Amino acid sequence: MSVPAIETRGLVKRFGNTAAVDGIDLHIPQGGIYGVLGPNGAGKTTAIRMLATLLRPDAGEAHVLGHDVFTEPKTIREKIALTGQFASLDEDLTGIENLMLLGKLLGYSTRDAKSRGVTLLEAFGLTDAAGRQVKKYSGGMRRRLDIAGSLIVTPQLMFLDEPTTGIDPRSRNQVWDIIRTLVAGGTTILLTTQHLEEADQLADRIAVIDTGKVIAEGTPGQLKAQVGTGALKVRVADPARREEAAEILSRTLMTEVIRESDSAALTVRLEDESRAASALIALQDSALAVETFALGQPSLDEVFLALTGHKTAHEADQGDAPAAQEEAA
Amino acid sequence: MTTTAQDQSQKIRSVLVPAEQRPAPAGAVSASLTYGWRALLKIKHIPEQLFDVTVFPIMMTVMFTYIFGGAIAGSVDGYVQWLIPGIFVQTMIMITMYTGLTLNRDISKGVFDRFRSLPTWRPAQLVGALLGDQIRYVLAGTIILIVGFVMGFRPEGGLTGVVMAFVLLLLFSFSLSWVWTVISLLVRTEQAAMGISMFIMMPLTFASNIFVDPETMPSWLQGAVEVNPVSVVVTAIRELMAGMGDFGSVTLVLVYCAVLIGVFGPVSMYFYNRKS
Repeated sequence: MSVPAIETRGLVKRFGNTAAVDGIDLHIPQGGIYGVLGPNGAGKTTAIRMLATLLRPDAGEAHVLGHDVFTEPKTIREKIALTGQFASLDEDLTGIENLMLLGKLLGYSTRDAKSRGVTLLEAFGLTDAAGRQVKKYSGGMRRRLDIAGSLIVTPQLMFLDEPTTGIDPRSRNQVWDIIRTLVAGGTTILLTTQHLEEADQLADRIAVIDTGKVIAEGTPGQLKAQVGTGALKVRVADPARREEAAEILSRTLMTEVIRESDSAALTVRLEDESRAASALIALQDSALAVETFALGQPSLDEVFLALTGHKTAHEADQGDAPAAQEEAA
Repeated sequence: MTTTAQDQSQKIRSVLVPAEQRPAPAGAVSASLTYGWRALLKIKHIPEQLFDVTVFPIMMTVMFTYIFGGAIAGSVDGYVQWLIPGIFVQTMIMITMYTGLTLNRDISKGVFDRFRSLPTWRPAQLVGALLGDQIRYVLAGTIILIVGFVMGFRPEGGLTGVVMAFVLLLLFSFSLSWVWTVISLLVRTEQAAMGISMFIMMPLTFASNIFVDPETMPSWLQGAVEVNPVSVVVTAIRELMAGMGDFGSVTLVLVYCAVLIGVFGPVSMYFYNRKS
């Protein structure tokens, strides 16, 4: 475990005049899960593509498992696996054909590739779909097959680019379980996500990326301490009384109250979640009817607001952009 | 729910292959053949993509023979012996264009990111795609020859001459495909690839000896027609099919093939490796 899984210094990638990745320094030890958190177009995918030797950096240094991305890309490719943002599968082929294709490329004979494929499909609960074309798979099934494809031989380092984007919550939990299993098996995982909750659930350390730069780095605990542990969302029954509620919340919690665009909604960033109860009592004492009173993780937007002072406004003109359209569709 | 999750975790853990048990990655040849196998699987799943190599050749052969036959040679019967080898080359070359178009669509998909992250010889991804296309070319070529035969084409060179001509043309088609590969990697959309390919294709096929004897053309054009690789191929194919195979013309075709691969192969890989 002497060499770090990933070590970069001043990594830069430009597309035309815009720097998609603008000087990133990372030090990721082997073992565990490292989360890269950021909005669309922050440069997450570009960074991963450089580390997976798909894109040549324009400047800076990067070593993956001790190997230079410029001079030893082939050695790196022997040790990594990549699961892209959009399933890295051939949609026209069936599940078993996809795994056989990868198995044969990784050096198995046709027969061994097939039996390896059958074994993996079984373990991932995809046996029934083995002979179906991947384009007919659900989002969750696609993700599982995609990850199975990365496990034909066990990689030392696995890149997962937004592994739960566009899949339902139940499939998301399955994918999380799979990721935890892999880490227990000794693989290092670098995962990108747009959701603080996901990074918090899985990652040992998180780097927050915005416009191609790392703006914060640390354990989930450290980051949340910076941002506040949670967000209290309140929705009053009568929008006319929102101001009144805001004053009560601000007085009892002694912190800033954010007025949402929804004319009945308020959000408060909490340092200490236990004080939420006293706020609820204070609202009841003033006979203020409340429709919603919920404690939750701060959203990515709130994290950004706390870290940078600006919102995640740039639905960028870079490679990440289609994700937003796909999610909207 | 928790027990099933645990079951699944256990199952997944049990199927992980320890690093020391993994085989060595596929070599260049085996990787290329595997990508070729992928192309065949695609034909199996999407047989519609064979439309261009079945209907198009029939249309081309019948149309060009009957439209130009009378006008150029005075009679269709006499023209068929001369034209069919030319049509054979022209149609096949036009079909190679689709290789570039398909590749343009294919490469932009996520699966190519995964292919490129594998520890195999990178050109295999393109070589394999082109090898898979050989099946399409064989199908198209066979159809042209059958239609030609029905229309009265009787090659003097017999089966041997035809087979040798066929093999030579397949080799040339494979070599020429690298030109379209470069284009498909350079342009953003399929339409643009189509436009540029046509722009190259039209003079290449018409400023050649496919349809008419170059002696009827102005002298400056004759010079261009003579060095046109398509003319060189057509000449060699005509000779082979007529049973008058000439070592010189065949060698010249092989030289052209080597130059096409030698130039456009590395250029393709240059752009392929830098494709973002």
